[in-house]
Amino acid sequence: MMGMTITEKILAAHAGKERVRPGDLIQAQVDLILGNDITSPVAIKEFEKIGVKKVFNSEAIALVPDHFTPNKDLKSAEQAMMLREFARKYEIAHYFEVGKMGIEHCLLPEQGLVGPGDLVIGADSHTCTYGAVGAFSTGVGSTDMAAAMASGEVWLKVPPSIKFHFSGSLQTWVGGKDLILYTIGQIGVDGALYAAMEFTGETISSLTMDDRFTMANMAIEAGAKNGIFAVDDKTLEYLRGRYKKSYKIFASDPEADYIQTYDWDLSTLEPQVACPHLPENVKSVREVSDLYIQQVVIGSCTNGRIKDLREAAQILKGNKVHRDVRLIVIPGTQDIYRQAIREGLIEIFIDAGGVVSTPTCGPCLGGHMGVLARGERALATTNRNFVGRMGHPKSEVYLSGPPVAAASAVKGRIIHPEEVLKDA
Amino acid sequence: MLEGKVWRFGNDVDTDLIIPARYLNTSDPQVLAEHCLEDLEPGFARKVISGDIIVAGTNFGCGSSREHAPIALKASGVSCVIAASFARIFYRNAINIGLPILESVAASKEVKQGDILRVNFETGLITNLTRNQVYQTNPFPGFMRELIASGGLIPYLRKNLSGEKLGV
Ligand code: SF4
Repeated sequence: MMGMTITEKILAAHAGKERVRPGDLIQAQVDLILGNDITSPVAIKEFEKIGVKKVFNSEAIALVPDHFTPNKDLKSAEQAMMLREFARKYEIAHYFEVGKMGIEHCLLPEQGLVGPGDLVIGADSHTCTYGAVGAFSTGVGSTDMAAAMASGEVWLKVPPSIKFHFSGSLQTWVGGKDLILYTIGQIGVDGALYAAMEFTGETISSLTMDDRFTMANMAIEAGAKNGIFAVDDKTLEYLRGRYKKSYKIFASDPEADYIQTYDWDLSTLEPQVACPHLPENVKSVREVSDLYIQQVVIGSCTNGRIKDLREAAQILKGNKVHRDVRLIVIPGTQDIYRQAIREGLIEIFIDAGGVVSTPTCGPCLGGHMGVLARGERALATTNRNFVGRMGHPKSEVYLSGPPVAAASAVKGRIIHPEEVLKDA
Repeated sequence: MLEGKVWRFGNDVDTDLIIPARYLNTSDPQVLAEHCLEDLEPGFARKVISGDIIVAGTNFGCGSSREHAPIALKASGVSCVIAASFARIFYRNAINIGLPILESVAASKEVKQGDILRVNFETGLITNLTRNQVYQTNPFPGFMRELIASGGLIPYLRKNLSGEKLGV
C-alpha cells in the first residue's frame, strides 16, 4: 500500500475515510471557520438564506474585524457592525472586538485556536498560515464560509503534494521570509497550483515558529492550496499553554507520493527581495540596491510577529529613519504589541522616527494607515506586491523580510542590513 | 445525464472574458447572461442554446474570484464546462452555484466546435456522439451530484439541514 502525506492523512481523518488520493472530492468536518470584516458580511447574507436557526458550533467560528478597523470610514463601520451583531445573535465564542483584535493569521495561533491535525477553513486567502502548526488550513469563498457555519462541513478536492527539502545553515539576517521568497522565485506564482507545499529538512527544523508562520502564510503566493510543516519540539513548545484541545499528530509516510520534490542547499542564500508586480520577481537584496523608497511597512500577517519586531529593532536601535522615508510599524496583535512595549522595542521605533500603529491590516491591502500616492515606492514585509496593492496603481511595492526593511528605512534605499550595522 | 452541443475555447479563459468587469455593478443572473463571453465570442448570449456545453483548454476561469463568472455561464444556458484544468477558485465557485464542471485532458484535446457530447455524472463518462469517442473523468461523489442537482451549496443545505439535525 502506498503511503500518505500529512495533508492526505488530515483530510482522510476529517472525511471519515481510511485513505484519500489527490483529486478525490471529499466532504470534511471542519474544526475552525474564520471570517474577517470584508468576507464575513457576504457570508452572513448567504447564511441567512439557508434558514437554520443556529450555527453548527459557536465555539468553532472565529470572526476577526482586522482589515479596515478601527473603522476607517462609514462603509467599513457598517461591515464591522454586521459582524458584531452576527456574533452576538449566534453567540460566537471567538469574536475579537477592537482592543482584543489582531491580524487574524497572527491572532488565531497565538490564542490557541489552531493546532496539529486540525482542519481549518477561512474566507481569506492567507488562511494557509496555520500549516505552520501542522494543521490543514486553506482559504475558501464566502459561500463556503456560510455553508460551513451551518453544516460544520466543507467539500474539498484533495491536493497533490510537493515536497521542499531545505538544507544548510542560514546566514545572519536570513529567515523564513527569505526562504519563501526564494521558493516562489524559483517555482513561480503558479508553481504549486492546487497543491500542498510540504516544507522539510534540517533548515526547517532550525527555524523559529514565527519563521514557519511566515512561510506557510505565503504558500498561496505560489498558487498552493495549503502549506504544511511536520510537528516537532518547537511546535509542541509553542502550543504548550495555548492550545487546550487534545490533538493527534500526523506525519508523512516515508513512501508517500509527491508530484515533485525540490532539494535546495540554502547556506549561501542572501536576503531576498520581491520586485513589482508579482511575488515571483525575486532577487538577492544586493541586486536591487540603490532603489530609493518613500515608505517602509513592517507588519502584516506575514511579518508582524515578535521575532520580526525584534529584528527590526536590533537594526533601528541608535539609528534614525531617513528623512525621505515614512516608517510604519504594525504589531500583529495586542499581545505582540504589549510584548514589544515590555522589551523596549516600541521606544526604539519611536526614537528612530517611525510610527507605531495599533494592530490592523491597514496598508497591506491599501486600506488605510499608509496608502501610497502616485509614483511612490514602498518596501514592505507584507506578502503581495500586485499593481495598486498598497494604494495608487502607479505606485510600487517591494517585499522583503524585517531586517532588510528596517535597514532600508535608515538608508532611504533598499539595502543589505550589514550596510547599516557596519556604520554603527 | 445530459446532452449538448459544444462551444470550443482555448487556454486561460479568464473571468474578465467570461463576464467583463464593466457589468459587475449587478448580480442579476439574467443581465450577466446577456454579456457572457461577449469579448471572446461576440453574440454568444444570442447563439447559445440551453443545454450547450463548453469545452476549453487549461486554466479555465483564471483571474479574479468573482462568483459572477459561473453565474453568467449557468444563466446563459450552459449546462456543463469541460476543461483540461480549472483555476482553483473558479472550480469552487462553479460547484457552489450548481454549475457542473469536469476536468478531462482527453476531451479537451479531442473535442471540436459543434460536437455533440453526452455527459454522465454518475459514471464520469463523456461520450462524443459526433466522433464516437469516450473520455473517462473522475465521477462526482454522491453528495456532490446532489449538491449540483439542488442548484448549489446554499439550496442544498436549505434542503438538507432540517431544524432537528441542528438541535433547534
Ligand atoms: S495583513 Fe494583508 S495579507 Fe494579511 S490578512 Fe491582512 S490584508 Fe490580508
